[in-house]
Amino acid sequence: MSTFSLVWNYLKSKPLNMALNITLLSLGIAVITILLLFSSQLEQKINQNAKSIDLVVGAKGSPLQLILCNIFHIDFPTGNIKLNEAERIAHNRLVKKAIPLALGDSYQDYRIVGTTQDYATLYEAQLSQGAWWNKELEAVVGSNTASMLNLKIDDSFVSNHGLTKEGGQHEEQHFIVKGILKPTSTVLDNLILTSVESIWKVHEHVENTIDEVRSDKSESNQHDSTFTASSLVPSIAGGDSTKEITSMLIQYRSPMGAVMMPRLVNSQSNMQAASPAFETARLFTILGVGVEIVLGFAYVLIFISALSIFIALYNSLKERKYDLAIMRTMGASRSNLFVTIVLEGSTLTLLGSIAGLFMGHGTLLLLAALIDDVQKAGVNGFVFYITEWWILGGSLTLGFICSLLPAIQAYRTDISRVLAEN
Amino acid sequence: MIEVQNLTYSYTGSTKIVFPDFSVKRGETCLLLGESGSGKTTLLHLLGGLLTSQQGNIHINGTDITALSEQALDNFRGEHAGFIFQKNHLIRALTVKKNLMMAPFLANKKQDDKRADEVLTLLGLIDKKNSRIQELSQGQAQRVAIARAIINKPHIIFADEPTSALDDANCNRVIKLLMEAASQNQSTLLIATHDQRLKSHITMNVQLSNSQH
Repeated sequence: MSTFSLVWNYLKSKPLNMALNITLLSLGIAVITILLLFSSQLEQKINQNAKSIDLVVGAKGSPLQLILCNIFHIDFPTGNIKLNEAERIAHNRLVKKAIPLALGDSYQDYRIVGTTQDYATLYEAQLSQGAWWNKELEAVVGSNTASMLNLKIDDSFVSNHGLTKEGGQHEEQHFIVKGILKPTSTVLDNLILTSVESIWKVHEHVENTIDEVRSDKSESNQHDSTFTASSLVPSIAGGDSTKEITSMLIQYRSPMGAVMMPRLVNSQSNMQAASPAFETARLFTILGVGVEIVLGFAYVLIFISALSIFIALYNSLKERKYDLAIMRTMGASRSNLFVTIVLEGSTLTLLGSIAGLFMGHGTLLLLAALIDDVQKAGVNGFVFYITEWWILGGSLTLGFICSLLPAIQAYRTDISRVLAEN
Repeated sequence: MIEVQNLTYSYTGSTKIVFPDFSVKRGETCLLLGESGSGKTTLLHLLGGLLTSQQGNIHINGTDITALSEQALDNFRGEHAGFIFQKNHLIRALTVKKNLMMAPFLANKKQDDKRADEVLTLLGLIDKKNSRIQELSQGQAQRVAIARAIINKPHIIFADEPTSALDDANCNRVIKLLMEAASQNQSTLLIATHDQRLKSHITMNVQLSNSQH
């Protein structure tokens, strides 16, 4: 015998009680674990995705939407901006780097991003196979995109117009996979990258009719005697007034940019600037409310389980007062009894929280395996945080607290009176 | 071995029990007789250190246990005493064997499987070793309680009405086993009882009067 084996036998003698208490607590702990894993990883991802981008310039609309669409690639574009207007912003001396983005097409729900190689450099992405694009309609795919869609080098695919599978296909134009990126654990993993020109090329036939109207303008561009390449899309002449992009990601040269640039951009009639830092902070505040409600629910569950453990221990003392007294006759001290009861409560909460942690991680593993979006968000069940030790420690404390009163009662058992009762 | 001198005990209120002086030697068996209310259980609890705040002296093995602290009394019980009650007070969450092992565990003594088997064999319970307490008959349960009381080879066995709830056959069996176990270990056996059947087995007794002041 040992104290632990005694405690375990007591718990085992009431399996339903034990199951109820452990289940209640583990549900609460599981909810907390899921929230912890989800929000920590999401926050980490969001910060990772937004970290090297100081400003996003795009069409007017919701600034949050602009960020969600152009940095995290989850929302829809706010509209297009003129390439020449974007260029003017890019030429500002406060801008260190400006990267154009052309969005709007997808393949099997994976977004196609027309951009430059600078965009990949932003996330320190490297190729695991193949090469970067250097012609129109050549693409480099993210690691997750490649594995989920089973894309290999030299595979070809037809893009969809729009960001869902429902959009019409651009059947005339076939993209060819030229390279596959190494995993970066950023949004790049779930994208298909190509040049801005490829996106224009795919849409050419759609816009042909419109182009005819504008033809006089584009002709005037072609007649420029001195060809100065656009700083954003070098194959196009600078100042081209027909081409459009979705947005532009900007890095500042100096902190002064943060003061000047947003105002400068917003003063232009059809463009707006959104700061990822500011908008993600706003996003966290919005998400925070939901998180707190669920967290509150988890705490209620934990409180109920603590109450249930307390009541179970308290009631069992009535049945066990002879056991306690007889233990004293065999040489157990008051503190031995105290420790036994506290250990019983703490064992329950420890088991409950371990079960809860397993359930939490398990649920996320399951979610990541079953739901693509969870995996796309980069949320993984196999990540562990130091906070989880706090959960374990906290639940041991909880066990101590709810077994304290019964344990004090056990400590105070009047052996002689209990044994003389019959 | 046991010497009681000028022992009185006051309950809350004004009832006071005066116990006669007596002494019991090592290995002897002695009945504490008296009607209910005469203080048999109180005396047994005082002798076993379960109850304190008495007046007078109780010497056991030369130690005045009335002078011991509560912690020292816990150790004293673990070291020297075994208890048997009218109800078996076995721990129902544990098997027969584990109930037995509680005694050496709580007394900080070696938990010896061979000793447990020996005691269970003596009491005819070896085939019930891994049974649950609920599966035992009343007589069997009382024998497990005896096994638990003697497994540590205590110097003194305190028994409070050990046979009162048993029928004649079981009563005879239990008292014989109890005396046999006590004599094997040279244990002193003190039995508080009003069960007249025991008088035919044990001659030495201390009669408690019902006179309360």
